[in-house]
Amino acid sequence: MESIILQIAARHMRPLLLVLSLIVLYRGHNEPGGGFIGGLMFGAAYILYAMAFGVKKTQKTLFFNPINLTALGLLVALASGIPAIFAGDLFMTGEWYTFFEHTAFELKLGTPLLFDVGVYFAVAGMLMMVMFSLMEE
Amino acid sequence: MTTGLFLIVLLGVSALAPFIRKYLKNSAGWIYAIWPFTGFLYYLSLLPQINQGHVLMESYTWLPALGINFSFYVDGFSVLFSLLVLGIGTFIMIYAGYYMRPYPMKGRFMGYLLLFMTAMQGIVVSGNLITMFVFWELTSVSSYLLIGYYHEKPEARASALQALLITGFGGLALLGGFVLLAIPYESYELSYILSNPDLIKNSNLYLPAFILVAIGAFTKSAQFPFHFWLPGAMTAPSPVSAFLHSATMVKAGVFLLARLNPVLGGTELWSYTLTIVGATTMFTGAWLSITQVDLKRILAYTTVSALGTLVLLIGTGTEYAINAAIIFLLVHALYKGTLFMMAGNIEKKTGTRDINQLGGLFKYMPFAAVVMILALVSMAGVPPMLGFLGKELIYEASVAAPKAHLFILTLGFLTNVILVFLSLRLTIDIFWGKEPEYAKTPAEPNLALVIGPFFLVLASFILGLFPSAMANPLTSSAITSISPELDAIILKLWHGFNLVLALSVFTLLSGLFVFKYRHKIIPAIDRFNIKYFRREFTRLFFQMIDAFLIFTKLKTKTLQHGYHRYYLMTLFVIASVLVWIMIWRADPIILELNFSDMPLNLVAVVILIIAAAISSIVSNSRVVALISLGVIGFGITIIFIAYSGVDLAITMIMVETLLVILAMTVVYHLPKYQNFSSTGARMRDALVATLVGSFFIVLVLQAGTSTLDAPISEFFKEASYTQAFGRNIVNVILVDFRALDTLGEITVISIAALGIYAMIQLSKKQ
Amino acid sequence: MLVLLAVLIGVLYGSAVYLLLRRNIFKLILGLIFLGHATNLLLFVASGLTSGKPAFLRGLEDETIGMSDPLPQALILTAIVIGLGVTAFALTLVYRFYKVTKTVDFDELSENE
Repeated sequence: MESIILQIAARHMRPLLLVLSLIVLYRGHNEPGGGFIGGLMFGAAYILYAMAFGVKKTQKTLFFNPINLTALGLLVALASGIPAIFAGDLFMTGEWYTFFEHTAFELKLGTPLLFDVGVYFAVAGMLMMVMFSLMEE
Repeated sequence: MTTGLFLIVLLGVSALAPFIRKYLKNSAGWIYAIWPFTGFLYYLSLLPQINQGHVLMESYTWLPALGINFSFYVDGFSVLFSLLVLGIGTFIMIYAGYYMRPYPMKGRFMGYLLLFMTAMQGIVVSGNLITMFVFWELTSVSSYLLIGYYHEKPEARASALQALLITGFGGLALLGGFVLLAIPYESYELSYILSNPDLIKNSNLYLPAFILVAIGAFTKSAQFPFHFWLPGAMTAPSPVSAFLHSATMVKAGVFLLARLNPVLGGTELWSYTLTIVGATTMFTGAWLSITQVDLKRILAYTTVSALGTLVLLIGTGTEYAINAAIIFLLVHALYKGTLFMMAGNIEKKTGTRDINQLGGLFKYMPFAAVVMILALVSMAGVPPMLGFLGKELIYEASVAAPKAHLFILTLGFLTNVILVFLSLRLTIDIFWGKEPEYAKTPAEPNLALVIGPFFLVLASFILGLFPSAMANPLTSSAITSISPELDAIILKLWHGFNLVLALSVFTLLSGLFVFKYRHKIIPAIDRFNIKYFRREFTRLFFQMIDAFLIFTKLKTKTLQHGYHRYYLMTLFVIASVLVWIMIWRADPIILELNFSDMPLNLVAVVILIIAAAISSIVSNSRVVALISLGVIGFGITIIFIAYSGVDLAITMIMVETLLVILAMTVVYHLPKYQNFSSTGARMRDALVATLVGSFFIVLVLQAGTSTLDAPISEFFKEASYTQAFGRNIVNVILVDFRALDTLGEITVISIAALGIYAMIQLSKKQ
Repeated sequence: MLVLLAVLIGVLYGSAVYLLLRRNIFKLILGLIFLGHATNLLLFVASGLTSGKPAFLRGLEDETIGMSDPLPQALILTAIVIGLGVTAFALTLVYRFYKVTKTVDFDELSENE
């Protein structure tokens, strides 16, 4: 399935989709989006690429192994529950920290965001594992 | 605490026995015998104290919340039984230690015997119904191991299984009986139950409790119609028969009935049931023993008869009857233990147990012969052995029985005649009579093999000679334990000339008569039995077991047929039919059929989805089916958007796209659709589908119109921004409020992904 | 609209049941997917139909009144993603099943056991 159109599209779409997935992930807390959707987009970016160039070529451009990505996601999600223990709350209680405060803009980061990042990685990794496995056959 | 400690020590010895056997070499039996003998001496030392009316009690908490404790209750009856179990057990240990020498796994065998002894000793000293039940089941299990000791032989396995199934069945009934019995008392403690006997009698649980306890006791004590397992169990080695069938296992049922006599006894039901069952068993056992030729089977049937006698006496319940029961218990244990051990000796020395193949043994083993003959004399009820006293008391009890004494007396008389006849027959035919060709010259058995029989016969002899001095102290408090209102009768060898003596003499004469004409009578009885008792119980039992197995196999085959769609169909049909019945029988439900508010674009989408669903079902192309699937997914996405499910819609559109791609990659490898089902099957499945689908329509309409109480999501709406700093409530729920669930979910999908990865890698390797 | 959606859910469930009862293993998977869709929709409809009020907070007064219920949506979102994982797994199983047995007929499998 060597389609020039698809190949060109995939080559340009992949970075765009990756950036989009990060945006969707970040804004997920307040607007539509989140780790699940972001993760699916992340995975879809590479699947599109694989459809155009084949799994082998796609895997060469990957700087990570999908299995490790899944494991990283699980680990991050699990780790996001730990700060709460040190803060004296129950495991997985959301903890928030303000990093930058200004009248117009404040940057608040919390463990739920970290958890969402974990979900993001886990879903993306899982999707890539599944699709690469099946498409390779 | 000695009672409990002793049981633990005995249990410990039984666990160690298999491992230390090889270090003990040939003295093993003697060393194992030390333990029961210690216990024997201990309980003997308790006797004066117990005879003053003391009862020793111990209790260790087990499940106090349920009233279940390891309690021990040692009264006169327990002591008498303990002395029998441990006394005979001592000799059995010595005997078995020598007897089992040529056999493999003798260490394990000794362990089983000791385990069994522990269990039996546990039963007789239990002070809590549940404790007793535990030990009761332990006797069933350990006797299974003992009866099936020659496990290479199929008949040994069959007999063991038969004994286990019957006593196990009885054990379950017994547990039920105990639970029912304890309900009015709100306690399982024997001491409390025995001190308030009327509570259960005035309760309507009496009948079921009695029936269940009786089944437990009757199965264990081989009462008619459960009697057949006992002769079957004769495949066990002789030490087992001598132990299990003289003083222990089979007496457990009798023990139980006697133990609960103050509580359950005294009613019409009790006395009628026990009298009829006991009398039937007594006569049946004796009758069937006439035509047997296997020495051990003859003894087994007489054991059945003796057990029947005991049940009958307990059921009669008069002063004489209870006295007779206790004395006869003792008598029987002493002579039957001896006879079984001697039967093993004879088999060992001659290689056969068939009495037609035996004869003229007196000159080869005179000492053993005298011991065995004395035991037979006791069985026949001839003075001066204790057996005479037992039989006299039975006759007295029968004559004085309040009800049906003629019936009891007749059966009792006939039974005793048969016993006299058997004693004569065994004496004459084995020790004198025609001498067959023996493979090797029989010799006097080893000391270890005759010491037990000798002492048991000696005990029987001494107790018979000095009844009031020796036998009374042993039994008097046991009698008051069984029936608190009754006293022990002063035992005398000589009663003067009276009806009972006349009966005894007549019994002996009749026995002699039968013996004289045995060559005519036995074949006649044999013919009679063949004509009227053709169906053997054992065969019937195994036929029942076979039928049961066939039934279960059929059932499994019908229910576990291995066709996924019939499992599913069963599930769907039953579930939806049940729900439809519920809907039909419930209050009429009002379905709000509101056809307004139908935006045309959504109507179009719904129609599109329905059309796609139908298309994906009927299509003959896999690609069309998958594209239809995609249409359905996108249609649902639109519905989500239309009704405020923004995140859902985005997720759905991504997932649906990926799913179709995924399915395409797999379909690519699969063959084209084939038609597997017939039109009839399709129609049937469509019917099931309609049934389920229509139920869901009703469900949705019902759910859409019912209002729920304050949904929990109000909290999420309130707290989402104020506490969790997020405006997208759905996302906040996912990553904050219910983060642990989400963690579980991503774990699940990771595992699914790993599974897929593994499956593909595996297929690559092949 | 509820009536129409109820019919839709009923049709989806009916199709799912019909497909699950097929002997072809691939149709069985289709049935599984249908079952997932039907159940997601059932949950969604049962939580009440609210148009134009998604569960987002803007910081306005009384805005939660009449807002769509976020909890079922969170549940369904989870269910959709899990459904993807499960379906992918089932599809791979089908693929392996065919590779090993060379058949897509379930009955042949149980007869050859």
